[in-house]
Amino acid sequence: MSGIKISELSVGEALPERSYTATNVSLFLYNAAIWNPHRIHYDEPYTTNVENHPGVVIDGPLQGDWLNQVVVNWIGDSATLTSFNYSNRRASYLGETLTSGGAITAIDAESGNVDLEIFIKNEDDDIITPGTAQVRF
Amino acid sequence: MNELISDEAKSWIGRSAEPFLVEISRRDIVKYSIATEQQQEKYLKGDEAPPMFMFGALRPLVPMDELGPDGIPPDSFLPELPLKRVMAGGTEMRFHRPVKPGDKLIATRSLHDLYEKQGKTGPLIFAVYNLSVENEDGELVMEEKQTRILR
Repeated sequence: MSGIKISELSVGEALPERSYTATNVSLFLYNAAIWNPHRIHYDEPYTTNVENHPGVVIDGPLQGDWLNQVVVNWIGDSATLTSFNYSNRRASYLGETLTSGGAITAIDAESGNVDLEIFIKNEDDDIITPGTAQVRF
Repeated sequence: MNELISDEAKSWIGRSAEPFLVEISRRDIVKYSIATEQQQEKYLKGDEAPPMFMFGALRPLVPMDELGPDGIPPDSFLPELPLKRVMAGGTEMRFHRPVKPGDKLIATRSLHDLYEKQGKTGPLIFAVYNLSVENEDGELVMEEKQTRILR
């Protein structure tokens, strides 16, 4: 997805959606890569019996990463991600398929800045991780 | 308000943790990029780090016997507070320069604010941290403001 021009964009335009289904293997590799030993991400009996979650927990920051990928995969090398924020509103558990997406909320052709609203939603279409980002063309 | 946050805890506001140095390795970027299912070649080849790579790169490395029964290392940069269970709140990041293999980065974390609010199920304490990452030339690479909620 390279070669986007700011002059061709319009407010309200949607960014491509993508779905993610974490597995035991992908969650293990993510937590190993970030050096996170918290047992709720790989030890199911501990997670359900001790921390009382319904299942192994998909990391909030992993959803944050999937969220900013909506933006970096859309802009490719056409623009730069300058800021990004999100909050984890609701937990998500192994077995769920999450979908990321977003839309353009503002375009400033003079500065080259484009504002985006981005989201991660669950299978019930509830937005569990909302965020915003700004890119500069 | 401020009944839960002692004067001693309040005195931590504005305090910075010891800055620490992180050397960026291509292999670590590639591992992170595979695990997060990146699609951009620059990330998958490790030529540049994905935006949230530093979140993992800055996590504490502590000896095994310091990990708690939940697997979590102790947080030395939090004052004594009456609420113990920590949840992630919001995170805001600003990116100034790309992170690349071989970079030697200096990270400094400070406690920006500490306040309490009445939640639906009881009192909550909000701890707001600022993180600043600079390169060896003192240029800002990224900044992050992270809110943690204690209940």
